[in-house]
Amino acid sequence: MADKIATRQAYGEALVELGKEHDNLVVMDADLSGSTKTAMFAKEFPERFFNMGIAEQNMYGAAAGLALSGKIVCASTFAMFATGRAFEVIRNSIGYTGANVKVCASHAGITVGEDGASHQTFEDIALMRTIPGMTVVNPSDAVATKKLLRQIVEMDGPCYFRVGRAAVPVFYGEDDEITLGKGNLIRDGKDVTIIATGIMVSAAYDAAVMLAEEGIDARVIDIHTIKPIDEEIIIKAAEETGAIVTAEEHGVIGGLGDAVAQVVVKEHPCRMAMVGQQDTFGESGKPDQLLAKYNMTADDIAEVARKVL
Amino acid sequence: MDTRELKKAAADVRIGVIKALHNAGSGHPGGSLSATDIVTALYFDEMNIDPKDPGLKGRDKCVFSKGHAGPAQLSAMALKGYFSMDEFTETLRKIGSKFQGHPNMKIPGIEMATGSLGQGFSAAAGMAMANKLDNDPGRIYAVLGDGELQEGLIWEAAMSSAHYGLDNLVAIVDHNGLQIDGRNDDVMKVSPVGAKFAGFGWNVIEIDGHDMDQIKDAFAKARQCKGKPTVIVAETVKGKGVSFMEDQAGWHGKAPNDEQTQQALEELEAAKAAL
Repeated sequence: MADKIATRQAYGEALVELGKEHDNLVVMDADLSGSTKTAMFAKEFPERFFNMGIAEQNMYGAAAGLALSGKIVCASTFAMFATGRAFEVIRNSIGYTGANVKVCASHAGITVGEDGASHQTFEDIALMRTIPGMTVVNPSDAVATKKLLRQIVEMDGPCYFRVGRAAVPVFYGEDDEITLGKGNLIRDGKDVTIIATGIMVSAAYDAAVMLAEEGIDARVIDIHTIKPIDEEIIIKAAEETGAIVTAEEHGVIGGLGDAVAQVVVKEHPCRMAMVGQQDTFGESGKPDQLLAKYNMTADDIAEVARKVL
Repeated sequence: MDTRELKKAAADVRIGVIKALHNAGSGHPGGSLSATDIVTALYFDEMNIDPKDPGLKGRDKCVFSKGHAGPAQLSAMALKGYFSMDEFTETLRKIGSKFQGHPNMKIPGIEMATGSLGQGFSAAAGMAMANKLDNDPGRIYAVLGDGELQEGLIWEAAMSSAHYGLDNLVAIVDHNGLQIDGRNDDVMKVSPVGAKFAGFGWNVIEIDGHDMDQIKDAFAKARQCKGKPTVIVAETVKGKGVSFMEDQAGWHGKAPNDEQTQQALEELEAAKAAL
């Protein structure tokens, strides 16, 4: 876990690679192309890049029209404005029509940092999960971002793809298999399972290492595809470890925790606890300071895991 | 199609609208009837389309952004031969039917699901952008309501369409002056419509939206305009063609009963016979 790369950076690089392979890939942005990293695609393929200005609803509405005309569209802005401001356009113009639009949002979660609560979204996964037919993906590092972006671009239909602002550890190797809709077993264990998504996967791994020193054998699973969720790997974890902790850089209402709980309650009820933003707004600060203050660190995951045992 | 034939077709479209809404027991006659002449001219004269090949390459596309008035579009499409008029008039808004309360993708020839105001216009702009990218000759026609212009999204799409020089996009504003709660001017003033679009960089054409010659001429003029999108501001009468519905906000969103339906159909048949 040497290198640290922001998943948005990997997103920008992957778009350029995919643009070379897919002539019908179109990228849109709402005046944040430097931050979301779509500027890299814009430089390479200016004729296939549309800056729509500060008008997120129209960006996703026009994206639907482009997609229904045969384009694969990746349309990016900050997660707050993509899923919040443009929610109903995404729901009706993209979800209901099944348009081949990838809502690729960056700056999700508390690690947006200094911009503060107005820009820190903890609702985006919850909002996108509610739309029928919407695939929801939250990659955990730069490698997963590239591998999963390729799969969603090559899949027909609407998708929400969530990346972050802050540089995070790269823990997957280039040869690791990362498949849309399949959870990844990061570490096996028998006492408790930590199911994490996005940047919390590396924290979950660190927590498992801490717990191992205390004699607690924690399993760690990366659920990068929150919808459709890998029920099999969750049920197996519930059956074999009897306790589950979820960890997400997102609100505990409606996100990964709820998605896992829906599987567990239905198939194999077990003890559960959720690490994430606890029904409160964020604030300005450094990403590490904020993760600590809002209890989303490896220490917090380990503490919750001890309690759920 | 010559003007007289177009007017006859429009009468048949109106008859289909009334029958469908009566059978459905709900729906939006006022805005369907005000948009009927426009949509009839689109499907029977202006657009390059083939009802037997709804996915025809290079075709023109009509997006009914004022989706609640979709019955006018569906009635015109049925008359054109996309699907059976009987199936449309008998199953609109009924469970299991592909003819939902608002236009949707299950209907052959429908290019965009609409109903949530403003969104169809934005999608139409995206279709025009795609056609520019592909050098596709197809033109995109978006039918908007005047109340719909109160949506902020309309002006976002107006701005981006002018910015990208979408001269393959034509918006037609069905300017009947009424919306659910009353007159536009009382609820939320939208006039002057043409000047607003002109301010956003559009080519503006103002016409009588029930005069077939003016409608045809406006589409021809729009085709001549290069480098910017065209808006046709069509002055219309809500409920046009049915005496007791004309210019009545109360007929925005309710279906006629048996007696009203009979009267409406008699009036429409008589008007058609007089052509």
